[in-house]
Amino acid sequence: MRNQFRQLIRSGKFMTGFIIFNALVLLTIFYPIFNPGNPLAMIGFDSFIPPGTYFSLYDSVNPNIHVYTLRIPGADEARIQSLLPMDEREAMGEWLIREGVPKEQINIEDFTGLLELWFAHYNPDIRIDGMTIADRRFYQRLNAKVEGIFDIVDIHLYTYNNETEEYEFQAAISSEDYIRLRDVVNIVRLPLGTDNFGMDMMRKLVSAIGTSLLIGLIAGSIATVIGLILGLVAGYVGGIIDEIIMFFSNLFTVIPGFVLLILISYSIGQAGRSVTVIGIVIGLTAWVWTTRSVRSQVLSLRHRDHVSLSKLSGHSMPRIIIKDILPYIASYVVMAFILQISTAILAEAGLSMLGLGPRTTDVATLGLMMNWAMVYSAHLTGAWWAYYPVLLVIALISFSLNLMNTGLDQVFNPQLRN
Amino acid sequence: MDESRSTYKKIVHSGYFKYYRKKTLWFLATLVAAVILNFVLPRLMPGDPLAAIMARLAPGIQDTEALRRIYEHYMVQFGLDRPVIQQFFIYVGNLFRGDLGLSFSRFPRPVSEIIMSAMPWTIGLQLPAIIVGWFIGNILGAIAAYSRNGFDRVLMPTALFVSGIPAFGMAIILLTVFGLNLGWFPIAGGYGIHLLPHLSWQFIGSIIYHYHLPFMSIVLIAIGGQALGMRSMSIYELNADYVRYSRFMGIKDRTIVRYIFRNAMLPQVTGLALSIGTMMGGALVAEIIFGYPGLGTTLLRAIREGDYPLISGITLVITIMVLIAVFLLEIIYGLIDPRVKAAQFE
Repeated sequence: MRNQFRQLIRSGKFMTGFIIFNALVLLTIFYPIFNPGNPLAMIGFDSFIPPGTYFSLYDSVNPNIHVYTLRIPGADEARIQSLLPMDEREAMGEWLIREGVPKEQINIEDFTGLLELWFAHYNPDIRIDGMTIADRRFYQRLNAKVEGIFDIVDIHLYTYNNETEEYEFQAAISSEDYIRLRDVVNIVRLPLGTDNFGMDMMRKLVSAIGTSLLIGLIAGSIATVIGLILGLVAGYVGGIIDEIIMFFSNLFTVIPGFVLLILISYSIGQAGRSVTVIGIVIGLTAWVWTTRSVRSQVLSLRHRDHVSLSKLSGHSMPRIIIKDILPYIASYVVMAFILQISTAILAEAGLSMLGLGPRTTDVATLGLMMNWAMVYSAHLTGAWWAYYPVLLVIALISFSLNLMNTGLDQVFNPQLRN
Repeated sequence: MDESRSTYKKIVHSGYFKYYRKKTLWFLATLVAAVILNFVLPRLMPGDPLAAIMARLAPGIQDTEALRRIYEHYMVQFGLDRPVIQQFFIYVGNLFRGDLGLSFSRFPRPVSEIIMSAMPWTIGLQLPAIIVGWFIGNILGAIAAYSRNGFDRVLMPTALFVSGIPAFGMAIILLTVFGLNLGWFPIAGGYGIHLLPHLSWQFIGSIIYHYHLPFMSIVLIAIGGQALGMRSMSIYELNADYVRYSRFMGIKDRTIVRYIFRNAMLPQVTGLALSIGTMMGGALVAEIIFGYPGLGTTLLRAIREGDYPLISGITLVITIMVLIAVFLLEIIYGLIDPRVKAAQFE
């Protein structure tokens, strides 16, 4: 046993899987400690806010904040360039092409070159064939913007006085004014942005990992216990009981488990589908593999000398099973358990995608997060942060558990070793 | 007379016959069990099933007269006022006539008609995808097992990682990368939305164009799972005595690989039979991502709209499809496993 344990630690596959899995588990424990708060709090009023650090604009113009003057080379150029976004540059390029400027000359990446061309050619009075009045107005507005782009003026802040009903001058912000980010009172870090509800994706994801692991644990434990008992009874007792158990386990190997899952989850109804119930349901449909593998192991163990000896010594059946059989099949049971956790997490994800996952309001699961992202078409609107991290986590959980399983398999099945 | 009788005897007692009789009986038994489950599970729902269905349905239909008609229709059709055993026979009787009831959400279209229009899409998508994935996966797995350190170092972790991604996840990845960012393939549907289903080259071209991404997502997942299975099967075979013996005999490597491949393929056929249910389930969810007009997308719609007869019809059809697939695989297994043939001469 100790030898096998040592082999496990040396097994690269097992340890990689073990480390990834535990990293995820530790994340679910420690992230909420350092970032306390309700993971399902709706903080964003817009859906799908992109990842980043957000600081309050209101607080940044707070009169008490210390303003530093910094003269940074290139700051003005960067600012001016940011005022003319790519779609407007494209529009400018389009106008120039229509006007007759050769396409090769226009490079919208080259800011100064584009502006030179624009000032050389643009004339609001030119009528271009096929251009609507709205288009012309658009270009006139764009031109006004382009012409004013180099005028860097101070921004003046006024507040509205309710009593005098007048605006009162507060401050002038120059383009060389800087504040220290730390001085801004309200800073929000959204490493994964928000989802369609405006919930912090990172927090939600961490809590969903916990819930999904819980579902996996419930389902895995139930499936393992059922499978172990049925397998032991079928293999050890044999006879008609064995045949009945094998009939049912063969039946449920062929009848697809997810069909049963769909039928049962739908029958339970929206109100009854809590996380625990979904875990139990998945567990109830997943015991077949454990039963089969335990049974075949027990069959090969049943006539070994040490078991026969134990029988002859008059030991009771439970004692024989616990002392003489269980230790030999423990590794198989553990492997089956690990696989069941990962299949259960995948099953929950699939069920949730069909709208049959756990009830939505009070808890987040990986499947539900995927489902909501799809319902709100995050994949079509480019909100990658709403589903790619979730997918990655699902894949990582499954990957790490499978790695651990393969590592265990190699240690306990010497044939697989080279 | 005597001769024909002995031929008859030979056939009846041959290994093939025994094998197929056993498999056919087993197929029928699972079919009956599947029908019973499909009947019983929903009826375990607490309360009056029809009332629950109607409650879910009611907000969608304003016309109370229509509601009452639907209610009465189901009362009569399923015989819900009679004892459960009688209900079951009514249900089975309806099944034999191909009658799965009328859809709620698309009343009064029959469920069987909706399913029949979605089924060709699902079969046309999944059957080739699973077969192709199975073949490629097996070849890759065998190569990995044989070439241990080089190729295996890459394939094994990749296959493990890929097989951990749910099929719908793979669908999303392919959709965003090849559909949205690169714009190589369409992102939704089974054919161009501007087209009406009809037989023309344009329509067939559109189907093929829309086929790529859903097909690839199922193939990739299947490759991952099958390659892993084939790899460990082949490693078992590699350690077998006949391989060592062949090596000592100086038989060429390529020939040995062929032996190994053949022997490891056998359990892989059984493996496919055992995993095909899970694979189909995953692929059904992947359909949803592409809005592919198959059973998966129909199932999702039915669940969202609380269309109970449609849900139960689809689950039954999926189960039967899986059962048929498993049955066919077992027939094939019987044909290619020399042990079944050997039993013939016992």
